[in-house]
Amino acid sequence: MSAVAGEPGFTPNEMMTIAASRALRNDDVCFVGIGAPSAASNIARLTHAPDVTLIYESGTIGTAPDVLPLSIGDGELCDTAITTVAVPEMFRYWLQGGRISIGFLGAAQLDKFGNINTTVIGDYHHPKTRLPGGGGAPEIATSAKQIYITMAQSKRSMVEKIDFYTSFGHGDGGDHRKRLGIDTAGPTLLITDLAIWKPDPATKEFTVVALHPGVTRQQVADTCGWTAQFADRLEETPAPTSLELKTLRDLQARTKAAHSAAAA
Amino acid sequence: MATFLPLSEAVAQNLKDGDSVAFEGFTHLIPTAAAHEAIRQGFRDLTLIRMTPDLIYDQMVGMGMAKKMVFSYAGNPGVGLLRRVRDAVENDWPRSLELEEHSHAAMANAYEAGAAGMPFAVFRGYRGADLADVTPTIKSIACPYTGEVLATVPAIRPDVTFIHAQKADRKGNVLVEGIVGVQKEAVLAARRAVVTVEEVVDDFDGLHPNLCVLPHWTVTAIAVVPGGAHPSYVHGRYVRDNAAYVQWDEIAADRDRFRAWMQTNVLEKTPDDFAARVEHLRKVA
Repeated sequence: MSAVAGEPGFTPNEMMTIAASRALRNDDVCFVGIGAPSAASNIARLTHAPDVTLIYESGTIGTAPDVLPLSIGDGELCDTAITTVAVPEMFRYWLQGGRISIGFLGAAQLDKFGNINTTVIGDYHHPKTRLPGGGGAPEIATSAKQIYITMAQSKRSMVEKIDFYTSFGHGDGGDHRKRLGIDTAGPTLLITDLAIWKPDPATKEFTVVALHPGVTRQQVADTCGWTAQFADRLEETPAPTSLELKTLRDLQARTKAAHSAAAA
Repeated sequence: MATFLPLSEAVAQNLKDGDSVAFEGFTHLIPTAAAHEAIRQGFRDLTLIRMTPDLIYDQMVGMGMAKKMVFSYAGNPGVGLLRRVRDAVENDWPRSLELEEHSHAAMANAYEAGAAGMPFAVFRGYRGADLADVTPTIKSIACPYTGEVLATVPAIRPDVTFIHAQKADRKGNVLVEGIVGVQKEAVLAARRAVVTVEEVVDDFDGLHPNLCVLPHWTVTAIAVVPGGAHPSYVHGRYVRDNAAYVQWDEIAADRDRFRAWMQTNVLEKTPDDFAARVEHLRKVA
């Protein structure tokens, strides 16, 4: 996707990826979900956070792929990792052991409390649509110290009530996590193609804290299935820098070339 | 003691109708050739176990071979959904499919418990997750020391596990390297284990001492099938055939097209056909 003439020189998706990348710090240990989180995590590594530790659930620790992986188990991840461990060790020692500072997830369906559904649309036993399922996410959601979520906004994906709690966010809000004995922070950040959201400190409902450049409140409200709440003081997300944009576009070009070359 | 056999005999001797079977591989080293041989031999009523059922379970489910699937992520990695599995779950085509669904952490722990000879696995998981309500085998236990409530799942003990690996030596010791997934645990948890390998070498002299090696007495049978993981990949040998995963999404979208593809590309083929499929994917580096 390229920028349209007359529009700002970046697309909403590019803004989303770059805004998400800025959330990661150099000393973070990030458990990376495939898709949008993977792009954002690697842009962070290639720009402001060169020493960020990226971990994929296939067991690759401290990976630095030159191109974005198509799956969580691409060879590129193993080739560039400082070590690759077995999957039981990944989930037991590294995730359950409390070594992960950020779990970076996408979502098929999300509610305002950061609960995620990637299992079914409709009834579990008689689903309208059977989705792939949770994979590593149910335990990432409760064992990583914090959860960042990134996804494009739509009324279909951001809904008042999700059909299935695949990965627990803040449940019904408030202190629901604490009541279940979960001692990690859960979702603390949602980065969409239009805005940055953070949970309200008391209710834990996601609240818009910043709009991306050129985006209106109305656009955010129109593409969200719940009644969007806005912070009293709304910030504007800084536009992508030329370095961030160039890094993202170069990465995507390398990725496209590599995956089509392998397929040729 | 590992016996070297042609793949057709290794499958015929170790898999039976009604078995619980794991064809393991975590994106890497998927035992496609072994799965296709099982499809040709037409087994029925299998319980298919795997963390990440992908194309091969989509194919086996679509051919009506499975009564149940135990899994934690049923997708076409990097592409989308498994359309044959969906058709079975949503429309009972070609037959109904019972699901036992877990998270990755649960499956990994359950295989490890199987390998360790334990009856169940205990871990900190499923908190607030609806899977605990729909999968009856997910239970909980209080820690006898702290009282903390922890999740439990029964150990996975497949009748037979199939994996693909880089190589075996002449004695039948097996080397697995790269993304090793749960292959070691799945082999040690199973009553019987069949390994397909890219090649056989004289011995493993000179290997790094910490590499993942399955001693020959943990493996029932070995079959040499170069390219046997295609369209998955083998670290150091050939890369993933991403185009094949994308194409599968179209093939599996239609019942007739699926059946025609299976006829031409699986039922009428042999294990010897795999080597040519990876020629263009062999690594330059």
